[in-house]
Amino acid sequence: MVETTKVDGILKRHNSKRENMIAILLDCQEHYGYLPREILEEISDKMNVPITSVLSIATFFKTFSLKPIGRYPIRVCNGTACNIKGSSQLVEALERELKIRQGQTTPDLQFGLDTVNCIGCCGLAPVITIGQDVYGKAKISSIPKITKRYRATEEKNAESIH
Amino acid sequence: MPRVSIEDLKKIRGNGKSGAKVIKFRTQVLVCAGTGCISGKSFETAKALETEIEKQGLSREAQVVKTGCQGFCAEGPIVIVQPDGIFYRGVRAKDVPQLVEAHLLKGKPFEKLMYTPPGQHQPIPLLKEIPFFAKQKLVVLRNRGAIDPERIDDYIAVEGYKALEKALTQMTPEQIISEIKKSGLRGRGGGGFPAGIKWETCRHAAQHRHVDPVLVCNADEGDPGAFMDRSIIESDPHAVLEGMILGACAIGCKEGFVYIRREYPVARERLSKAIEQARDYGLLGKNILDTGMDFDVEVVQGAGAFVCGESTALMASLEGRVGEPRAKYIHTVEYGYKNRPTNLNNVETWANVPLIIHNGAKWFASIGTGDVAENPWKGSSGTKVFSLVGKVNNTGLIEVPMGITLREIIFDIGGGIPDGHTFKAVQTGGPSGGCLPETHMDMPVDFDSLTEAGSMMGSGGMIVMDDQTCMVEVARYFIAFLTEESCGKCVPCREGLRSSLEILNRIIRGKGTEEDTGRLQEIAEVMQDCCLCALGTSASNPVLSTLRYFKKEYEAHIKKHQCPAGVCKELIEYSIDPEKCDGCHACVRVCSVHAIMGEVKKEHTLDKSMCIKCGACIEACKRDAIRKIPRSYAA
Repeated sequence: MVETTKVDGILKRHNSKRENMIAILLDCQEHYGYLPREILEEISDKMNVPITSVLSIATFFKTFSLKPIGRYPIRVCNGTACNIKGSSQLVEALERELKIRQGQTTPDLQFGLDTVNCIGCCGLAPVITIGQDVYGKAKISSIPKITKRYRATEEKNAESIH
Repeated sequence: MPRVSIEDLKKIRGNGKSGAKVIKFRTQVLVCAGTGCISGKSFETAKALETEIEKQGLSREAQVVKTGCQGFCAEGPIVIVQPDGIFYRGVRAKDVPQLVEAHLLKGKPFEKLMYTPPGQHQPIPLLKEIPFFAKQKLVVLRNRGAIDPERIDDYIAVEGYKALEKALTQMTPEQIISEIKKSGLRGRGGGGFPAGIKWETCRHAAQHRHVDPVLVCNADEGDPGAFMDRSIIESDPHAVLEGMILGACAIGCKEGFVYIRREYPVARERLSKAIEQARDYGLLGKNILDTGMDFDVEVVQGAGAFVCGESTALMASLEGRVGEPRAKYIHTVEYGYKNRPTNLNNVETWANVPLIIHNGAKWFASIGTGDVAENPWKGSSGTKVFSLVGKVNNTGLIEVPMGITLREIIFDIGGGIPDGHTFKAVQTGGPSGGCLPETHMDMPVDFDSLTEAGSMMGSGGMIVMDDQTCMVEVARYFIAFLTEESCGKCVPCREGLRSSLEILNRIIRGKGTEEDTGRLQEIAEVMQDCCLCALGTSASNPVLSTLRYFKKEYEAHIKKHQCPAGVCKELIEYSIDPEKCDGCHACVRVCSVHAIMGEVKKEHTLDKSMCIKCGACIEACKRDAIRKIPRSYAA
């Protein structure tokens, strides 16, 4: 079960206005990492908007995801500049490394893999982003090293908890 | 600081020769803080500079300024030392002590970090002598890398908000519109519609219907391979705001929106900051500069939909609905956002406005092509910002006068094609544009010439392709992009794109038939005639332009089952050139499927049945010994 208490605050911030629906969903996506079904139902109830309308927006825009996107969402830029510099080979390399397909999340919910339609860093093509980190002029051979870095941080965090 | 008056603005400007407070320091160290350089850790560089300057006791003489994008993104992080005008590239935090000691303490520019053009040995110290910068003409980007975009005083000091002062005190709305019309300013978002005419229609519609008009700035820069708007907002957000306030004054708007992409967090933050500062100064909000004018701006975030760059889709999305376009029998200048007259212009268009009002229409019209004084359709005045990217030596953001040739852009500013490869095509206009071949290199770049050649200006993406780029694959890439981004509302776009993609996928697998090119052509023509919005009507441009100029490549794929550029995976195989291979083992180490065998210092062999053509070995090989060859079907 997902706790839905945060929704009230988000709705309040946007005055529960129908025209702010995209902003509301963006905030929810930011907070929960994706849009869980319970949240969408809560929004639909509280704003008195049919669930189909909420879903039509949640499925139309690429930013929204109805499934968890992983703790470290990996995005391979597939802008034109990155594409002609071999971004699709980077996607394939990541698919092999993480053993998931594009659009999926690893079973341990650590990494999600998808492409993005240009982040505007074309001078650094090809580009990969992981969360807020940007990796320019990315190479196929550097991929294991990069993912390892995040796995290591993860293990460190786990250790410090115990 | 509380509200400012016109007198206060003058005082801020009078604070030094060109005004900015920063001039009080003997030396300014400008660190690029555009998205490109930030990802190259330019903030660390800036911090190291500040620490080192303090350590050396230079805090009263030298100041570090974080500026917007300098444009030369490929060479980042970039540092420029003023007033000497020395350009440093790739400055990492670890280089800082040496740089500060050499340049700031001893007064001797630090050669190691200067820019050296590819194939040359002599570094070029001065920014203005570097070919990448020398041929540019900065109008919209005039303040790039010169001011701190997060400080309104910096902008005011370089004549900022002076146009607004002039418009509010000396000009009527009609005069502003007439000035914009005479300047010949055409929409920089891609359509090239004369801005003055749009403003006038919107003003009339609002007056006629007695409804408050709305102003929109389109910063939903969706074209892949383009980042002009991002850079403009990051380096000079107040110029965009001032343009919008001038537009609001001319059209009579009280309310404005900036619709910005979610993928641009830095730009969004800077813009929001700029809006707050302008509100504090009373340049936005009620009673602007005590002239009785009211206008405020709100930033709205997109959620990742390419079609939302289309005006009607953008407005639907502003209203909180799904971003689907509608047919434009009735224009948005009459019935737009919430059925109110809505004037939408692109970021770059808005950023041009303050200069036109400040310097006059004649000055603006003197740059560019054609004579636009009577009729803005008769030429392309002013400059255009392009993102020059792809297979070109100097990638980055450039601003050039309209009418410059493609050759000057790609070979003089761009420094030609890297690694000894040859030029094949340049793609302009994003997914709605086309690919132009070598024969068009001497064509002037303006709205009408590009359209005539089967491409378009678009928002300003310019992607250079070399002999290693497959044109069929490029067409497939754009069609795949558009298939994904088509909203699905109208049938010709939805089904036309899907069918085109199917055919193109077949061709790149070597399974195309001779009728396929004819079918592509036919679908393209139907889409041009029947689609609802510009996404659909122009969606066939990538296919049509590649069919027009690169038909031979389609034929090679279809008839010979070969990809001349060696891109299409199913038509190639990898092989090791025994003459070049020196047995260094680098490829063996990176091959994830163990398809390459051989001992160190001995010739390596590649097992084609195991190879997954991932490209790792090509990347690792320093001797260029691994080749892509046409697939042998007998094997």
